[in-house]
Amino acid sequence: MTAEFGLAALWFAATLAVLQIALSVIALRRVRADVAAAMRPVAIVQGALVAVAMAALIACFLGSDMSVALVAANSHSAKPWLYKFAGAWGNHEGSMLLWVTILGLAGAAVAQFERRLPERTLIATLGAQAAIALGFYAFLLIASNPFARADPAPRDGAGLNPLLQDPGLAFHPPTLYAGYVGLSVAFSFAVGALVTRDVGPVFARAMRPWVLGAWVFLTLGITAGSYWAYYELGWGGWWFWDPTENASLMPWLAATALLHSVSVLATRDGLRAWTIMLAVVAFSMSMIGTFLVRSGILTSVHAFAVDPTRGSFILALLVIYIGGALALFGARVGTVRQGKLFDPLSREASLVVNNLLLSVILGVVLIGTFYPIVAGAWGVQLSVGAPFFDKTVGPLALILVAVMAAGPLMRWRRDEAAAVIERLQWPIAAALFAGVGVFVLGGWIGVLPTAGIALAGGLAVASVAPLAKRNLRRAPLTLWGMVIAHLGVAVSLAGMAASSAFTTERLAAVYVGDPVQVAGFTVTLDGVRPVIGDNWTALEAKLSVREGDDAPFVLAPQVRYFTTPVTTTNESAIATLAGGQLYTVLGALGDDGRWQLRLWWKPFVTLIWLGGAMIAAGGALSIVGHQRRGWQRRRRRAEQEWWA
Amino acid sequence: MVGVKRWLVWLPLCAFGIIVVVVMWGLYLPADRTVYSAMAGKPLPAFNLPPAVAGKPGLSDRDFRQGKPRLLNVFASWCIPCIAEAPQLLTLKAAGVAIDAVAIRDTGPAITAFLRRNGDPYARIGDDATSRLQLALGSSGVPETFVVDGQGVIRMQHVGDIRAEDVAKLQQALAEAERGE
Amino acid sequence: MTRRVLVALALVAAPVAAQRPPAALAYTQLRNPAQEAEARALMETLRCLVCQGQSIADSDADMAGDMRALVRQRIAGGERPEQVRQWLIARYGDYVTFDPPVGGTTWPLWLAPIVLLGVGVLIARISFRRR
Repeated sequence: MTAEFGLAALWFAATLAVLQIALSVIALRRVRADVAAAMRPVAIVQGALVAVAMAALIACFLGSDMSVALVAANSHSAKPWLYKFAGAWGNHEGSMLLWVTILGLAGAAVAQFERRLPERTLIATLGAQAAIALGFYAFLLIASNPFARADPAPRDGAGLNPLLQDPGLAFHPPTLYAGYVGLSVAFSFAVGALVTRDVGPVFARAMRPWVLGAWVFLTLGITAGSYWAYYELGWGGWWFWDPTENASLMPWLAATALLHSVSVLATRDGLRAWTIMLAVVAFSMSMIGTFLVRSGILTSVHAFAVDPTRGSFILALLVIYIGGALALFGARVGTVRQGKLFDPLSREASLVVNNLLLSVILGVVLIGTFYPIVAGAWGVQLSVGAPFFDKTVGPLALILVAVMAAGPLMRWRRDEAAAVIERLQWPIAAALFAGVGVFVLGGWIGVLPTAGIALAGGLAVASVAPLAKRNLRRAPLTLWGMVIAHLGVAVSLAGMAASSAFTTERLAAVYVGDPVQVAGFTVTLDGVRPVIGDNWTALEAKLSVREGDDAPFVLAPQVRYFTTPVTTTNESAIATLAGGQLYTVLGALGDDGRWQLRLWWKPFVTLIWLGGAMIAAGGALSIVGHQRRGWQRRRRRAEQEWWA
Repeated sequence: MVGVKRWLVWLPLCAFGIIVVVVMWGLYLPADRTVYSAMAGKPLPAFNLPPAVAGKPGLSDRDFRQGKPRLLNVFASWCIPCIAEAPQLLTLKAAGVAIDAVAIRDTGPAITAFLRRNGDPYARIGDDATSRLQLALGSSGVPETFVVDGQGVIRMQHVGDIRAEDVAKLQQALAEAERGE
Repeated sequence: MTRRVLVALALVAAPVAAQRPPAALAYTQLRNPAQEAEARALMETLRCLVCQGQSIADSDADMAGDMRALVRQRIAGGERPEQVRQWLIARYGDYVTFDPPVGGTTWPLWLAPIVLLGVGVLIARISFRRR
């Protein structure tokens, strides 16, 4: 019954989406207060209904209802409850339902909380939001029904891919989707503004929290995904330039550009067309990302055959929404009043340059990701991977970092070159110090890592510089947000450069009792014993690690054997120490009785994800700061009205 | 300047159009994702593999330069599609085709058991414990079958198990290799 | 990420029975650190042919192990990394390298960053006021 209940809720939600679009069109044709007033509750109920559908699916998974085909195909009754719960979105249909659930909830949140947007723009926005939701409801109901029954019901399920059986599954997809879908709100705002031609600071201030929120979630999602891949795949890599990763990076790049552009529009009333376009592009990248992952067109060999039905459906939605929005943009943007032009040496100008660099990087990632298909059309098989992106995106990103260090130290409107250089002297000194220091201490590590460490040093000093000579208590939260986010970029960059340059690898085959040296650590295999888990058995190594004369500590990497489905996974054991991480993996047992061990010392690697968390925290602080400022302004106005 | 701007405004839509075309291409005319060897038309690399099972000779590139075309079958006892193609190999052998094999990452007893179960179409079996020959041939999996002419030149590569409908194709390639086409 | 994980799984799930242990240098390093560093850098740019978009440097697949052994042996034998790459390209085509060689079918790819940067400069120029 639960499944049918969920399906019914999904159908009702789809019906309400149709109603919402109709109301929006009527209200825009002739402004009628009663029609417009009906839209908010419709959007809220729609969000509630799709949330009920998601809850029903989760209930089916938690209850191991094997008569539901999706549960039977992707779950197993012996699985720990967390993976039954998170397993609800560890598959195609469930993840699309999660996507549309977040979309519906975001629409409901706009209807409930959005008070700043002009009435007509809000009506158009809610209409656009419902149109997006309707497309995905149709996709679920027609092409990927998550509630379909299996007849006859199997006795038990096929189980969830063991590599997904990790707390990461409970956190990573919902966070990333919240980011993707948050950008749909920015998209709907942009469409609404194009319909009503009302683009200005008020619009930008209304849009900013949604963009910031989506961006915070995307940042968290990518950071978490990177760490998950790092510890789960057992080879110590944290970014692979895999199409699926690029699918999450591209919306993030667009959202980063968008959020800076929105700030310029809100404070300086410039970059109007650019902001609208970025809002459209950011959501298109979310949808292209979804398409990439769901259609399977970019996974290489053998498995995961292309699925034209699902791919076609998402492609059609992509053409309707993005093509439609970009056509509307082309037709309408000429009539949006020209924003202000900027002096080439000003904070605005640095933001424009940064925006353009982010867009160029986005373009390069997009082309690199899709190029194998283009080559395939020529009958050529080729691979575009890390070396290409390192050579192209690497230098662009470093220029971007240099500009982002200088930008916040420039004045709005117009600045003088001599003054800017004077303000930049400490950051430049820090960059030189870091670059020379790493050369002296670590030797020549290559152009990109050296430049990366130097720029990280410069950016770190430059990003805290706006706080200098200020009363820290009275500095606005939004400023703190920017400082922490920019500092986070410096921290992350330092981690990437240092860990790529200074990682020590040790592959060894050892008998029990043999010590192995890696980067000043002595790792001894004390023994290997079997361990039994909920739905797996494992061989667990006991490694005692000693650094110098310190007391030894124990790491216990495992090789896990799952039976549903039959799979072996390597569970790495990682020690986080002050200077980095010691990463250990247990390999196979050789014929000669020796165990394979893979050991890495990765100095400063933790900074990569710490920086990511700081970037997200900075964004969150910024949201709070903006909201509080708006709230204070409203209260002041209310007080003035009271006294008047 | 206004003219430039009007043109720029349609740029995103154009870029999006290109993406859609590329994506549709990938979706409806997916390129063949099989990884083929780039060695077709080139001579076999020099190799000399020890015997994989007792009582059968090992394999070297000289064995393929005796004037008669032969099949080189890349297989392993742990490979399931290899079981599926075994009857077709026996058919080919019955039709007079000379078949040699290279066993990838395999052990003698396992191969002997495999041949007892699935039939033995092979004249020689070379032991390739670390995929050296496989990599030198540009082969990316098991099973694969190479048609090699009497001068030791690779004429054709068949990727995956040989199905019943592939037998004629292989025989034709062997006949062409024999005629020296 | 989810996909990556699925992908990695496909390899690990490969049959294990009756197999030989991996090649000597698949899971061990070269004694010469400079050569090992060269081999390692090269392995990161070579595609594992039976995996889903992983390099041979981070794959558990048997064939990736054999390819690592091959790379290490050839580097230890005195070959330059670029020679080893060309040796593999001669056998598997450009598909085997993640670093697409500049040539007839890849010039648009390598030119793209420069063209995009040019468009960026153009847009920057029209959005700035002349001084």
